Amino acid sequence: MMEKAIIMAGCAIGAGLALIAGIGPGIGEGNAVAKALEAIGRQPECKGDVTSTMLLGCAIAETTGIYGFVTGLLLIFVAPRIFIGLL
Amino acid sequence: MNVDITGARIYCTIPVLGGIPITATMVDSLLVTLIVLGLCAFLTRGLQLRAVSKRQVVAEFLVETAQNFVNGNMGVRFAYYGPFVAALFVSSLMGSLLSLVGLFPPTGDVSTTLAWALMVFVLITYNKIRAGGVGGYLLGFTQPIPLLTPFNILSELATPISMAFRHFGNIVSGTVITSLLYAALAAGSAALLNLLGRSILVAGLVLAAGIALLFKYRSGKAAGAAKFSHKLFGIVLCVLGGLACLSLLPAGWGEMFAGIPVLQAGIPAIFSVYFDLFSSAMQAFIFCMLTTLYIANAAEG
Repeated sequence: MMEKAIIMAGCAIGAGLALIAGIGPGIGEGNAVAKALEAIGRQPECKGDVTSTMLLGCAIAETTGIYGFVTGLLLIFVAPRIFIGLL
Repeated sequence: MNVDITGARIYCTIPVLGGIPITATMVDSLLVTLIVLGLCAFLTRGLQLRAVSKRQVVAEFLVETAQNFVNGNMGVRFAYYGPFVAALFVSSLMGSLLSLVGLFPPTGDVSTTLAWALMVFVLITYNKIRAGGVGGYLLGFTQPIPLLTPFNILSELATPISMAFRHFGNIVSGTVITSLLYAALAAGSAALLNLLGRSILVAGLVLAAGIALLFKYRSGKAAGAAKFSHKLFGIVLCVLGGLACLSLLPAGWGEMFAGIPVLQAGIPAIFSVYFDLFSSAMQAFIFCMLTTLYIANAAEG
């Protein structure tokens, strides 16, 4: 029983730690949007191009955060069963 | 408060080859295929050279947009990838949008997106081999120095995995947040109705305030925005007060009315605009964008 509790707690803590990965994309996308706004401010006629390129870049920059999220999902829904099975 | 987060449900299992599970992903993918087929059949019925119908204008616009996208990203010599990319885009978009009507989105299952990413990986490899031959393809891994070969192989394998998980993770994060939101709204509305239903006095007061707001502008002299917001608040207060009054009814009726998750009406729609509409369209677009860029890049060698 104790072992199971330790496994569950470890997985839950690990999932929480995995979601720290969300910080990076947050900062990165903030930077990207700031630069895009600067560009639009300098050349308002390029608004359409800048916006679409920025959205594409943001969605790609999001990938590392998504990896963290998927790791968290795996730790919550998949890992406990595997580790308890190994006992 | 129960939060229900699951993957694709298994409806039944076909007892061949050790049991093939029929999951919600397969059924919903089939549904997406049927929807797309139906749309194609509807849009392309009765095509003409002259006296073009509205339907044909829409169909031509869609085909032209897809073809221009492919031509712009890959060049005219890869124009034959247009149907493939358009099919990927439509399946991805329709699959993600299925969550709007409450069905399980096929793109919320990593099997679907990984299958698409593997198709793209095969195309990338095929184009690389066609551009440089088998020897050139294998030699490409040892560039710029042979020491980097393991890393080159890893980065080659990372392409389909990153494409699959990017799409899957975005759709699933929307699903998870939506189900958390629904659970929170159910708990919130239960607490609110419980609070208002403590006494008939409070419930009646809220109901009276709602009715007063609702009938404030009977003469119809007021400005548009203020009138609209007052009417909206009036309706909300009326519903809350009315349900709180009804929850005071004896013999089981009260509990039934107190259990209505009244806050779940309307509020999730605002979040759905981002998590369902925007995210779905964005991920479909990005998947196609990366597909075209990777294939064109591979062909250049």
